[in-house]
Amino acid sequence: MRLIVCLKPVPDPKHWSRLGLDPKTKTLIREGIPNIINPLDRKALEAALQLREKGGGEVVTLSMAPPSALSVLREGLAMGADRSILLSDLAFAGSDALATSYILATAIRKLVPYDLILCGDQTLDGGTSLVSAQVAEFLDIPNLMHVRSIEAQNSRALHVRSQIEHGYLVAEMSPPVVLSVVKEINEPRYITFMNILAAEKKEIQIWSSKDLSLSEPWVGLKGSPSQMADLVIPEMKRKVEMLKGEPSEMTKALAGRLHRLGYC
Amino acid sequence: MVQSKIWVFAEERQGQLAEVGLELLGKALDLAHPAGWKVASVLVGHSLNELGKRLLSFGADEVLVVDHPLLSSYCSQSHAKVLENSIRQHKPEVFLLGATAMGSDLGARLAARVRTGLSAHCIGLELSSEKKLLGVVPGWGGNVLARVYSPHTQPQMATVMPGVFDMPKERKITGRVIPLDVDLRPEDVTYRVLEVKREAAQKDTLEKAEVVIAGGYGIGSKADWQWVKELASALKGAVGATRPPVDEGWAREDQMVGQSGRTIHPKLYIGVGISGQMHHMVGIKGAELIVAINQDPQASIFELCDLGLVGDFREIIPHLIEAIKSYSD
Repeated sequence: MRLIVCLKPVPDPKHWSRLGLDPKTKTLIREGIPNIINPLDRKALEAALQLREKGGGEVVTLSMAPPSALSVLREGLAMGADRSILLSDLAFAGSDALATSYILATAIRKLVPYDLILCGDQTLDGGTSLVSAQVAEFLDIPNLMHVRSIEAQNSRALHVRSQIEHGYLVAEMSPPVVLSVVKEINEPRYITFMNILAAEKKEIQIWSSKDLSLSEPWVGLKGSPSQMADLVIPEMKRKVEMLKGEPSEMTKALAGRLHRLGYC
Repeated sequence: MVQSKIWVFAEERQGQLAEVGLELLGKALDLAHPAGWKVASVLVGHSLNELGKRLLSFGADEVLVVDHPLLSSYCSQSHAKVLENSIRQHKPEVFLLGATAMGSDLGARLAARVRTGLSAHCIGLELSSEKKLLGVVPGWGGNVLARVYSPHTQPQMATVMPGVFDMPKERKITGRVIPLDVDLRPEDVTYRVLEVKREAAQKDTLEKAEVVIAGGYGIGSKADWQWVKELASALKGAVGATRPPVDEGWAREDQMVGQSGRTIHPKLYIGVGISGQMHHMVGIKGAELIVAINQDPQASIFELCDLGLVGDFREIIPHLIEAIKSYSD
């Protein structure tokens, strides 16, 4: 069984106040901001590691990011992935969800035979939640989103539980499939010092556009159909009236207003 | 002949229409008619006759029905395949879906299939004078809103959060139902749904509530979260939360407002210990009256509210509950 996990390095939310925007391309300037593995992708990796522990096989992580993301890939290896592939090329910069999915799918094609492709349902930064279903579409294989458990019945059948509004469904799927996971699926393992040392010996391959057969034009900013038209600062200012006095006075005034409006 | 230029996916599961499909139909009609366009609701499934009539009664100019026994249970590949065929045949300019479990999945798959862009999880929609669809999406942590569009590919697609737009009013039926061609084989259905289970429905309590009392990180502990609940019960309101109380385990996930675009529009909103970060405030901007209680006079919520009370909520709330009760006694 070959399990491929897509890991997206995202800017650490603790440092989001330092994020800037490139006024020309309207893309995010994230220089100098430390990356973490997107939290739900980390859970996807944990799910893959658990499946490998039960059924054997190989866990490969795949990321599309600048070379500065290598530390994040090391973290994935320390968690237990067998090897890592980084897709890195200036030509990939500015890719929207469709272009990203096309590039990832083209890389995944080089990893045949694969059984399962896993990723998080959503990323902290972009948050479009489009990539898992779009990778599946480019590979022409089934997918399920919002996955909260995966049970391998045998090598040909998975029972996958997926969240829907006010409930869930269980689907029987045959690999290869793409699954994107929600936070309920598991708690990722801790990384020990020994894990970090072991990860140093594992392989990280870097693939550029030359290593992929990208026959369609959907690559990078130019190949991305979605664009940002502009940024809007939401208009939300209101006529602020500050109530004055001791708590007992303020609350009496507030309750009086609420009473006149019919709330009490 | 299909005339509609805006298509709205009328999500159906187990014979029930999702409300967001109707909300979007209403919004699409508002956008389309001034531009001289018509709007179709698109139904995909099996044995859907009654639902088609219902969509017409909400104002759809056309209801496009893709009916096939193999479509009785949702599967992203089969649904995307039949919709791709219909899109290629009839060439709509705009295709909208709800940002639900099904709509997010189907929208993504369909956009990749026809190679077009999709604005995801929108909390607003606009149609420019050049008839470009702009989807308003909360950006990076919700501190800004971005307008995202796909001007050069067709159809222009978007998924929209449930509850953003109002339900349209029922009206006299003027539209018609049009069955579309379906070409589907058993192998197009690529997974088998073994079970669909609805859990104890906490039914959109927040979206429907007239009074919402929300707490933020400033509440500080699970024990003090009790004050938020007590104030809510005194005002017969629902409890809401920002992200941190949910992460801390004080509040439930389904109580979270603002993050990932969840929008509510109560008549009365009281925010306690909430600093006023943009992604939360965007989610409550439809509230009629916003009251803020926070001990930090510099908190940004004090620029974005109607009434502000500076002080310790542990002192303020007991007084407030007492004052509220004095009216009911």
